[in-house]
Amino acid sequence: MRRAVGLAKRIGFWALVALILFVSLFPFYYAILTSLETGTAIFEPNYFPEVFDLRNYAQVLGQGSFPRNVLNSILVATATVAISLFLGVTAAFALARIPFRGRKLLLLTVLSVSMFPQIAVLAGLFEMMRFLGLYNTLGSLILSYLIFTLPFTVWVLTTFMRDLPIEIEEAAIVDGAGPWDIVRRVFLPLMGPALAATGLLAFIQAWNEFLFALTFVASNETRTVPVAIALISGASSQETPWGPIMAASVIVTAPLIVLVMIFQRRIAAGLTTGGVKG
Amino acid sequence: MLAALAFVAGWPLARTIWFGFTDASLGSLADAEWVGFANYLEWFDYGDGEGEWFGLLADAAWWEAVRNTLFFALVTVSIETALGMVVALVLNARFPLRGLVRAGVLVPWAIPTIVSAKMWAWMLNDQFGIINDLGVRLGLLAAPVAWVASADTALIAVMIVDIWKTTPFMALLILAGLQMIPEDIYEAARIDGVNPLLVFWKVTLPLVAPAILVAIVFRALDALRVFDIVYVLTPNNASTTTMSVFAQQNLFQFDQFAYGSAASTALFLVIGLVTLGYLRLARLDLGN
Repeated sequence: MRRAVGLAKRIGFWALVALILFVSLFPFYYAILTSLETGTAIFEPNYFPEVFDLRNYAQVLGQGSFPRNVLNSILVATATVAISLFLGVTAAFALARIPFRGRKLLLLTVLSVSMFPQIAVLAGLFEMMRFLGLYNTLGSLILSYLIFTLPFTVWVLTTFMRDLPIEIEEAAIVDGAGPWDIVRRVFLPLMGPALAATGLLAFIQAWNEFLFALTFVASNETRTVPVAIALISGASSQETPWGPIMAASVIVTAPLIVLVMIFQRRIAAGLTTGGVKG
Repeated sequence: MLAALAFVAGWPLARTIWFGFTDASLGSLADAEWVGFANYLEWFDYGDGEGEWFGLLADAAWWEAVRNTLFFALVTVSIETALGMVVALVLNARFPLRGLVRAGVLVPWAIPTIVSAKMWAWMLNDQFGIINDLGVRLGLLAAPVAWVASADTALIAVMIVDIWKTTPFMALLILAGLQMIPEDIYEAARIDGVNPLLVFWKVTLPLVAPAILVAIVFRALDALRVFDIVYVLTPNNASTTTMSVFAQQNLFQFDQFAYGSAASTALFLVIGLVTLGYLRLARLDLGN
């Protein structure tokens, strides 16, 4: 009897696991399925692969500005990550190690910036981008993305740095190292994992951002992928080209999924300290 | 770093608020002139003793956007918390392949919001969508539903996508809280033979409550500014227009830059108030 109950419990548990995985993964699986179908095959719902046709991918990558959009996204996300990590490390060093008045208040202010609704700064940023001549350039996106990548980068790195034992630095100071040497030679190697996690999260956020990319950039050549996908349309408004849309979706999502698979443990740790959403 | 933040966040915020009090339009930002509260509320006199209220606070479309947003935030955050709790409990159990399952659960979170909206738009398609196909086959739906197009179900469709996409985030935050609970407590409960459900109510839930509260705040603030999903899944649909969408439309589509700025400022105030109110509540709670 007791064994039967245990077995039922275990089956129930695994059924729950299977359900969770199914709901999480099915939409992406179905997007892959659709992206491999053309013509009428697309309009017949099927649950298992029946055809294998790469024409949608050829179409998306072969014509129009999509490859350019992918390149734009890579450039913007990489630059955003580089700048926010650089500013984040220096700021975290100051916040975690150099005692000054109002340090806690400052840290809270930084965190509260990440709560800003993007729309509240949109009008002001729009004016600023036009004034700076950055409108319709990738620079406008890199600059504006700092609003949401910088606060959590600073927050996570500060938390991490505060937990490092101060003796390491003292030893370095005794050996005659300056602050810059300490950051570069002592902290950076120790902070590898934290940097990887925050950098990855910032990358995903910048890669996925939509509202700023929609507003500050207006031509096909300067768009990033999310906007490009949102704007893919067919010959007439009646026919949405689902095949190419799904192919484009798979192309921009696959690298992220690979990254998540590799770094899932670190992402989980980084997310919980920073409380960020992708 | 501070200068950078003030530059990209503080200054634009101040300008947005200022534009809300002017007659700025997209083409003539530089000539914007101060008009006081006219964008928020103004009595327009017809000259014969009759008149009408104008402005954001008298705009039915704005209030519908406010209702949509609050309803969206309340429903999605509640469901995401409940589902996130279930997923977190599962991931907290020890079983083989747990790392793989956790990675699988994270997939919706990693997919760009625009892409998930498009994927679901396709799955929820009224004629060729797999959700209708599955629903009819399993007998759950009597006839295919026009999920995205019909005013009754559009907001539901938006909420489904949001719940699918952000439950992993909730689950991770709650999981982190669960993992802080020391094993000995469960050990003691097991030795005393306490009913597992009772353990959950009396031990797990109170101990994980702080983590859940933090997760709820993060999610609520995020849900109140929802834009991407609505913009892609149900464009130009009054029944799903949220405050962010309302503001963006006025700013850049209807050429009412000042009015859109006023709406953005109002949204900022709403979010600020929710945050303050929440912090108040949380402190009272901790005081007990």
